[in-house]
Amino acid sequence: MKNKLSWFAVPYVGWMALMVVIPILIMVVYAFTTAEFQGTLENFAEMGTYASVFLRSFRLAIIATLVCLLIGYPVSYWMAHEGPGFQRLAMALIMLPMWMNFLLRTYSWMSILENNGLLNQFFKTIGLLDALGVEYIPMIGTPGAVVLGMVYNYLPFMILPIYSVIVKLDGSLLEAARDLGADSRRVFRKVILPLSLPGVLSGVTMVFVPSVSTFAISRLLGGGTQIMLGDLIEQQFLGGAYDPHLGAAISMVMMVIVVLCMVVMNHFGEGEEQAVML
Amino acid sequence: MSKELIRLADCTMAFDDEVVLDKINLSIKDKEFLTLLGPSGCGKTTTLRIIGGFQTPTSGDVLFDGVRINSVPPHKRTINTVFQKYALFPHLNVYENIAFGLRIPKVEAKGVKVKLPEEEIDRRVTEMLEVVNLRGFEKRRTTQLSGGQQQRVAIARALVNRPKVLLLDEPLGALDLKLRKDMQNELKRIQKAMEITFVYVTHDQEEALAMSDTVVVMDSGRIQQIGSPEDIYNEPKNAFVADFIGESNIIDGIMRSDGVVEIFNRRFQCLDGGFEQDEAVDVVIRPEDVDIVPEDQGQLKGTVTSVTFKGMQYDIIVDFYGFKWLIQTTDLSPVGSRIGIKIDPDGIHVMKKSEYSGMFGDYSSYSEEYEEISDASYDPEEEDSGDEE
Repeated sequence: MKNKLSWFAVPYVGWMALMVVIPILIMVVYAFTTAEFQGTLENFAEMGTYASVFLRSFRLAIIATLVCLLIGYPVSYWMAHEGPGFQRLAMALIMLPMWMNFLLRTYSWMSILENNGLLNQFFKTIGLLDALGVEYIPMIGTPGAVVLGMVYNYLPFMILPIYSVIVKLDGSLLEAARDLGADSRRVFRKVILPLSLPGVLSGVTMVFVPSVSTFAISRLLGGGTQIMLGDLIEQQFLGGAYDPHLGAAISMVMMVIVVLCMVVMNHFGEGEEQAVML
Repeated sequence: MSKELIRLADCTMAFDDEVVLDKINLSIKDKEFLTLLGPSGCGKTTTLRIIGGFQTPTSGDVLFDGVRINSVPPHKRTINTVFQKYALFPHLNVYENIAFGLRIPKVEAKGVKVKLPEEEIDRRVTEMLEVVNLRGFEKRRTTQLSGGQQQRVAIARALVNRPKVLLLDEPLGALDLKLRKDMQNELKRIQKAMEITFVYVTHDQEEALAMSDTVVVMDSGRIQQIGSPEDIYNEPKNAFVADFIGESNIIDGIMRSDGVVEIFNRRFQCLDGGFEQDEAVDVVIRPEDVDIVPEDQGQLKGTVTSVTFKGMQYDIIVDFYGFKWLIQTTDLSPVGSRIGIKIDPDGIHVMKKSEYSGMFGDYSSYSEEYEEISDASYDPEEEDSGDEE
């Protein structure tokens, strides 16, 4: 039975090899070669120049991930404790924006956040701008706008894994904890939180990774001043600064840092579990 | 025995107009082993959850040591529970599972929260591990334990808090027969040693009879009978109890006078009295209380229609005037033979007619399959899923 079924995995394994492993290998080759495909480490020597972009990317991605977690966890928790009808509705509402094109969503945010955009016009109408004595409140082009864009786009990826872990928690465990004398706060801290950690970890991963490498959001909402790694890499392949070898090197460094982050985080996750155990 | 510890007074529980418990009145004494026994859906688990504080009765009172505790949440009751599927914390090891309750700061008289010192926790957890025979398993993950071991962790986790009452919700249901018997003895030993009131829920009548001081038989949200295991078995109050506890032949009878009951137009001596003259009654005759005699000496005469070898005895079905009886005997009477039977006066139990009259006690449909279905622990689903493979 099992062996027969395992043949169904062959197309996927083939696809992974063709579309994931080989491209990564190509990237590695590019990163370590010059335009004439001579071996070199020069691409990495220039990395220091882009330190500020690296810093900004990781800083904004970490902030966006934290904001997603702070919003996502309570929402997931609350959803999981409502009736099934409400859960379906909430799930539909969370998924709804994702049916729209990603660029369209981001463009919408531009028109909301612009200097004479919807939000500033609203502030003007209620007299806030006059009260502050300014023409407009600058929102677009700030790091905040980029974080907002990322949170808006990636929040569902935080909510879904946390929600699905919490909703599957065995109710008798919570009853057992209460039975043993734990009040609601302690039940949450000692049982729900540690048991939902796997969902938190996968949520954090699913938000953090695309956030670090995001490019359209930072360009559209960052107004060119908040350039991030994704934009930098895009420029090396498509933009004026055409240099695929440098682009590959940047991608590689980013990938290594992200993988390191994940390893550290998963370790921290296990440590947390250990700490509860000890 | 000793003083009353818990009282349920007129407790009714209804979910969306569906009455699960109907005016239950129950008194639980200190240090007794009380079993709530009944088929699934009879309300026994709901009763347990009301005592534990997980459900508040729709009406009626729950009293603990004379104090009304209807709205006291579970974590403030000195009652602990062993859950049906154990509900061990998967993220904690055996030691920490047991220490869970001890690590919770207790509020003292002046509202000050006091934490148990680590040595005290360690001493009590170790002591508990000793009691349930799990020394050396401290660092094990609960997922690595067998069912019986998980069961013992669950018991230790509850008992370490030194509750006044331990509630057990079908705790042995998931264990195999051999282990179940061992755990029954184990539980009884722990209960005696620690002098704690046990309230035990089960659908297994043998288990209930073997372990309990008091058995409470329940059906359809009502208590059918409360009594010692001997009382319940020997003097069932109605046809439901007679049928649920052990095997019973339940026959329509007429009480002619105190000590005389008429079955199949023949008068039998019995020990019961206090009925109206000529009152219609249910008569219970246990299969092991029937003596087989040669046909001409019998009080009743019948034909053997089926014989099943049961190891210790034969289960034979005998047709008396169209009504089939189950008789347990060590002597083989072949199918088709004519036999007579004699019943001693103490083998005849007379009960008032009830809503259960006529529902049980006829073995006309008796077969191997019938026996399996009547065994509450038998799960037809299991067999079905086996067929599919």
